[in-house]
Amino acid sequence: MTTLQAARVVAAREIRVKLRDKTFLFSTVFFLLIAVASTVLPALIDGGKTSVAVTDPAAVSVLRQAGFEVRQVDGDAAAEQLVRDGDVDAAVVAGPTVLAMDDSPGDLVRALSTAPPVRLLDPDAVDPFLMFVVPFAIAFVFFFTNFLFGVQIAQSVTEEKQTRIVEILVSSVPTRALLAGKVAALTLLAFGQVALIAIAAVVGARVAGLDATVLSLLEPAIGWFLVFFVLGFVMLASLWAGVGALSARQEDINGASAPVQMLVMIPFFATIFLIENDAAMRLLSYIPFSAPVAMPVRLFTSDVAAWEPVVALLILAVTALALLAVGARIYQGSLLRTNGRTSFATAWRSKPG
Amino acid sequence: MTSVLHVDGVSRAFDGRPVLSEVSFQVAGGRMTGFVGANGAGKTTTMRIILGVLAADSGDVLWRGKPLSREVRQRFGYMPEERGLYPKMSVMEQIVYLGQLHGLSRASAAGKATKLLDRLGLGERAGEKLEKLSLGNQQRAQVAAALVHDPEMLVLDEPFSGLDPLAVDVVVDVLRERAASGVPVLFSSHQLELVERLCDDLVIIAGGTIRAAGDRARLRESYALPRFQLHTGADVSWLASWPGVTVVESDGTRAVIDLADGADDQKLLRAALDRGAVRSFGPVSPTLAEIFREVIR
Repeated sequence: MTTLQAARVVAAREIRVKLRDKTFLFSTVFFLLIAVASTVLPALIDGGKTSVAVTDPAAVSVLRQAGFEVRQVDGDAAAEQLVRDGDVDAAVVAGPTVLAMDDSPGDLVRALSTAPPVRLLDPDAVDPFLMFVVPFAIAFVFFFTNFLFGVQIAQSVTEEKQTRIVEILVSSVPTRALLAGKVAALTLLAFGQVALIAIAAVVGARVAGLDATVLSLLEPAIGWFLVFFVLGFVMLASLWAGVGALSARQEDINGASAPVQMLVMIPFFATIFLIENDAAMRLLSYIPFSAPVAMPVRLFTSDVAAWEPVVALLILAVTALALLAVGARIYQGSLLRTNGRTSFATAWRSKPG
Repeated sequence: MTSVLHVDGVSRAFDGRPVLSEVSFQVAGGRMTGFVGANGAGKTTTMRIILGVLAADSGDVLWRGKPLSREVRQRFGYMPEERGLYPKMSVMEQIVYLGQLHGLSRASAAGKATKLLDRLGLGERAGEKLEKLSLGNQQRAQVAAALVHDPEMLVLDEPFSGLDPLAVDVVVDVLRERAASGVPVLFSSHQLELVERLCDDLVIIAGGTIRAAGDRARLRESYALPRFQLHTGADVSWLASWPGVTVVESDGTRAVIDLADGADDQKLLRAALDRGAVRSFGPVSPTLAEIFREVIR
């Protein structure tokens, strides 16, 4: 049996176990709901035409054309009553005066005023709500999926160590097959989950009727995010396996994985806080730890040259290869040290076997 | 009978402290080889090196005369000293998984696992999670894990510890069967009586060096003391003053004695006959425990 075949057997077990794991199933459903909700809800909240009660017949046709739901009534008192009863959102009475309960209906006021001509300098600019929610969603999905699945890699490694089955495993297949199988399985599951979320978000956005300009920005951003996600996940996956191997018991994982947690957390907060800062975002979109979030966010929020994501992806790939080697060395150097927590240095220096 | 596994001059140190020095012995096909030694003597380290879980600092492990490769090792069956399987996986599922890791297809692993678990008396519990099983049954599952892929060689570290007497009998039968089919079996145990009952060959290790190795019966002869047992119809207290006799133990009409070099056992027998009926008189073979004590001194 080759290492590849062995890795496949290992991966198949990991996937079978995870697909029956309630935490995994719940987190998938939870994320899907968030994805659908965050794209569909704004449209729903926003949705529905403003209804207006109008007394002046001349205003009726103007407002109908402007897309309002218009009810023509006789007399200002009747119009006011409709507003008070909540049957309409607003009313236009003699004056003309606009009546509304507690919130000035901006769209109605604009429709009635003579607006000065407007020339948009950046017609692509996106709705500020989406401007906030999309980057945050991308960062959030990357952060949580990495964390959730990363910790699961570590736990799965520690479980094998803690239950001592690892000695049987190591005597049957090469350690790199064990590591590769685990990393591949969890990457596949994590990617599956994120891809489902992405599909839900795109479908949700289309169903909710997001306008075409936004979609043309959103879809490439999500597409690139999926690519960046896979490499970004693999980059840290073997490190998670490494810290799992350093831990003798599940309780050790939290402490042992602190440096890796930082590698996930710092880029997350950096991207969230620096999102308004163009120079910082440009930098973050090339640093391999923050690139999986920062580059798709930039693709969504600003103009990015076609070569930029490619270069960032290359940097990420090279870093991923280097960290895979580091993780594998730590993993192999500590896997069989079952007496207490192994230090990074000991694992690094340990000769194989 | 051919020796298929050679441990050849293997040494290993941990942090500068030698644990094995120049360990050499052979395990023959079709025979049960008992591996005995005190705690910390180096049994587990030796077995780990054979399985490639640990590397030797120097020396080799040879299989049919060639350095042992990973491909061959993958067809070995190993039961580590520190037991463990997946607690939350069903017994059947993890035995099948381990069979696959040893190169079986899923279907053939499932077939073999079913038969083996039945044989080990776990057939009805096969679908349960391991953690639901009693410790004794978990040990049986552990035996199944080592045997599922019909290994070409078995290396078992304390295979009987934690087994109830009934399970010991079942496992002994299974191992004997495997040995009879030509598989070399190397097993360690603290239970010397069990080793004595089971093994064809014996390897004794102490302080990281091999003190004795070879055919059990021959070892026994070579370590035989000039010890005799005498059972008569009369009192045997006279033995104590007989020249060249050291009484090891005595209770009325029965005595175990050691004869000094040159003392004549036949003369002693005649003397006993002069004093009354002799029910039995003969040399006493040393037990494994006695050989062990003698060898590791």
